[in-house]
Amino acid sequence: MSDKKQFMFLNRRAPYGTIYAWESLEVVLIAAAFEQAVSLAFIDDGVYQLVTGQDTTGIGMKNFSPTYKTLGDYEVRHMYVDKDSLEARGLSVDDLVVVPWEDWETEETVDNIVEVVDSAKLAELLEESDVVFSF
Amino acid sequence: MSDLHTVNKSPFEKNSLDTCLRLSKAGSSILLYEDGVYAALAGTSASEKITGALADRKVYVLEPDFRARGLKADRLIEGVEMVDYAGFVDLVDACSKVQAWV
Amino acid sequence: MPIEVNGKTLETDEEGYLVNLDDWEPAVAEAMAKEDDLELTDEHWEIINFLREYYEEYQIAPAVRVLTKAVGKRLGKDKGNSKYLYGLFPYGPGKQACRYAGLPKPTGCV
Repeated sequence: MSDKKQFMFLNRRAPYGTIYAWESLEVVLIAAAFEQAVSLAFIDDGVYQLVTGQDTTGIGMKNFSPTYKTLGDYEVRHMYVDKDSLEARGLSVDDLVVVPWEDWETEETVDNIVEVVDSAKLAELLEESDVVFSF
Repeated sequence: MSDLHTVNKSPFEKNSLDTCLRLSKAGSSILLYEDGVYAALAGTSASEKITGALADRKVYVLEPDFRARGLKADRLIEGVEMVDYAGFVDLVDACSKVQAWV
Repeated sequence: MPIEVNGKTLETDEEGYLVNLDDWEPAVAEAMAKEDDLELTDEHWEIINFLREYYEEYQIAPAVRVLTKAVGKRLGKDKGNSKYLYGLFPYGPGKQACRYAGLPKPTGCV
């Protein structure tokens, strides 16, 4: 085992109505510098953070939804989306942003690190994490 | 004149909408804004709340907040009306008072 | 401290970053570089333009490590390394180049 810790960022709030989504994103960007294994989970209203087509020109706030697309460059390896939360909101993976990932040394690529998972899988992932940051 | 009720919390996270619907009277108007706009979407586990309310109340959604969240107008519950900021002001003006469910 | 560019006074924060991103024009980078006694070459502009494109697409200024990797991918491995980037921007490619490009300081950059 390496000394890398498994970091899990748990996102449960919709964007813009509160500051949680943006704060989480900022911490994720900073955490990448520490070279840990970073995963994100989107549960409950957190799934709304990944919805495409956000346009904040009318509310005078920064649209940070494009930033999720670069998380693969920040060594985020997994973005898990809770299936139940998605379905309860009438959404599917087609409504969500696509985030590519590439290993710059080996040139191994993943087309999309956004992955819809069920509760059992999510419970397992949370248990496996060394640290869970809640937003 | 009737009251205007405003709801700015997600129906999936807070009970603001539930309490608003329980305590607002027939003939009143409800405006969904900020995270409250998620209640206006068809095909969700919360859609029935708004379709039920539409039987005897008017429901509005604030367009800038709706667009900010990437939501599509074609998924709006039938009968819900979109308003801009000026429309919001008109609603306030047309109602006797504003009751905010924050 | 405000910066004078083409007769206009542009607001900057205490570290010299533009307050309003929309104020940027190439002359801003020239003026900032002049204050640092640096002459901007095509190689500098390549990085500045790259940063502006990155910001346009992702709405953040990239961390140095991300910038280095992305430059390597886009402009070639001989440019995607800190030696090359620090050679161009001795105060740090993240901080200095982002400032010239009119972007905010990269998140997590101290």
